[in-house]
Amino acid sequence: MSNSDVNISRRSFVEKSATAAAALTIAPGMFLHTVAEAKPADQAVSSAVRWGMLIDTAKCASGCTACVSACNTENGIASHDRPRTDQQWIRKVTLRDKQTKHEISLPMLCQHCEKPPCVDVCPTGASFKRDDGIVLVDRHICIGCRYCMMACPYKARSFAHETVDATVDHQPRGKGTVESCTMCVHRVDEGGTPACVEACSEAEHGAMIFGDIKNPDSEISKQLLKHGGKQIRADLGLNTGVRYRGI
Amino acid sequence: MKKIHLEQIDGKSTGYMGLIALLGVFVLGAIGSMLYMEHEGHWVSGMDNQIVWGLPHVFAVFLIVAASGALNVASISSVFQKKIYKPLAPLSTLVAIALLSGGLMILVLDLGRPDRLIVAMTYYNFKSIFAWNMILYNGFFLIVGVYAWLMLDRTVKQYSRYAGIAAFVWRLALTTGTGSIFGFLVARSGYDMAMMAPMFVIMSFSFGLAFFILVLLASYKGTGRPLGDVVVNRLRSLLGTFVFATLYFVIVYHLSNLYATEHHGYESFILLGENGGETYSNIFWIGQILLGSLLPIAMIYAPGVKNCRKTLAVASILVVLGGFAAMYTIIIAGQAYPLEMFPGMEVISSTFFDGATTQYSASLPELLLGLGGMAVTLIMIALGIKVLGFLPATLEDSVADPHHKAE
Repeated sequence: MSNSDVNISRRSFVEKSATAAAALTIAPGMFLHTVAEAKPADQAVSSAVRWGMLIDTAKCASGCTACVSACNTENGIASHDRPRTDQQWIRKVTLRDKQTKHEISLPMLCQHCEKPPCVDVCPTGASFKRDDGIVLVDRHICIGCRYCMMACPYKARSFAHETVDATVDHQPRGKGTVESCTMCVHRVDEGGTPACVEACSEAEHGAMIFGDIKNPDSEISKQLLKHGGKQIRADLGLNTGVRYRGI
Repeated sequence: MKKIHLEQIDGKSTGYMGLIALLGVFVLGAIGSMLYMEHEGHWVSGMDNQIVWGLPHVFAVFLIVAASGALNVASISSVFQKKIYKPLAPLSTLVAIALLSGGLMILVLDLGRPDRLIVAMTYYNFKSIFAWNMILYNGFFLIVGVYAWLMLDRTVKQYSRYAGIAAFVWRLALTTGTGSIFGFLVARSGYDMAMMAPMFVIMSFSFGLAFFILVLLASYKGTGRPLGDVVVNRLRSLLGTFVFATLYFVIVYHLSNLYATEHHGYESFILLGENGGETYSNIFWIGQILLGSLLPIAMIYAPGVKNCRKTLAVASILVVLGGFAAMYTIIIAGQAYPLEMFPGMEVISSTFFDGATTQYSASLPELLLGLGGMAVTLIMIALGIKVLGFLPATLEDSVADPHHKAE
């Protein structure tokens, strides 16, 4: 083996190592956005995946509403300046521990339960859960009875109390039906990430991680394995798809 | 006991026509309210994302519960073979059907999409108690309708008992279903109790009978037909028993909640008016307990009022008003109390009123919709007794009392 051969090999080794190191550094961040692989449009939703979110309350900044704004823009949710009847798919809540006085801030949204009470009570089956765990309302057969709003433990649903002006093509909505977070199903089906998660990341808080909680190699699964993730009202046994750290 | 003669009323008097016209105005008011709320959207009502079921539902659930109870008289006659109630059984079926119609009208017209009623009738999620209720309501119309026909048509009268038994079982199922709409709501402190179902059954006995007594007294007074004391006093003591039984269930419900620490917050909200619950607590104590239970019991059992029709009428009105207060407490206060999502934490801020008690005030359209439903019930009864012989020509003691001895 000649000297030049050795040098080429050494150079090649250094280059490859640098690439690998860069990939390892960037990858976790990349995974926040790219873990969701696009499924072909003609392929049915599969129960082999379960979409979920992990929200770290320690990273969620009090006063930041980037997730709420992103959701409103993405889904065409406009305020009528009537907070009691305006729709809210995601909201920020600040809580204080009665004993320790420790304060936390977190986003509340549909928890995409494995056993959703809204689906159980819906008389027409308009509330339904996809095989991949996303809970939705079929607004073509929702009769606007609001029983799902009575049943939801998380107040995650809103009733369209007035004419919906700002509809976007991917999110048909209408007065007189019930709606809630869709986990940006239109993005997820194309391999994307929910708008709120993306906005949280862009705001450099990184408090929200989205991914397949059935895939042990996904970032969310790794984080859940390492740090755990609590359910809100775990006592109800609903096995929520949205989990929290620090509550 | 003489033969009972059922006879239509004339229905041509000014009073009768005036009554129909007045009720018609209320129905128009309800239709106007519905069109207004549907056109503008529900934001014009007092309901919002916290109180999703409002005053229309108080009226609707009251009428639906009372419908089942109004069938009591027929059940006691057919199922338990008490002859004194037999002449009143057809009227009892009419009142039951009319009450259910009024209640369902309100429910349907308050839907976000009432135009999708056909969807509700064709898409069923059989895990939903609400879907089961739709089947129970439709079945109730069918079974009670057939039951009324079998009683009124002499050629098939011998089969009426079987229909009566079916109707009895069905109406128990119906009220069990209505109570379970609330009993099955696991997340809310005021609901989530299997006892809701039997409590609604016993409430139906009380509210339905009170409404039936009022219809009976008014129609006999209005038509000038004889009504003996024996029937009236039998109904009076039956009402007393039912009001007592309802009160017992309400006490046990609150005692059960008081035993569980997790429900203490809700109980202090309802019983003591803490945490912004003053109005709801007043409606419970003054409306449901004092006016709706204790006062009617006193008026029914007080010495010296045994044959007093006015006292019975006032007691029945109070039971009906108490019924509305009970429904208001269950439906509105149950939602007004905040959902407990974060035990041990207090909510510092939220844009969606987390942790906050909702102060509901009903709007005029909601009230008009509810009153319109009641008007539909009363119109159906008034027209029913005019078109078909639901009302016995006389209920004087010599006719109505199976043990009457000629003097």
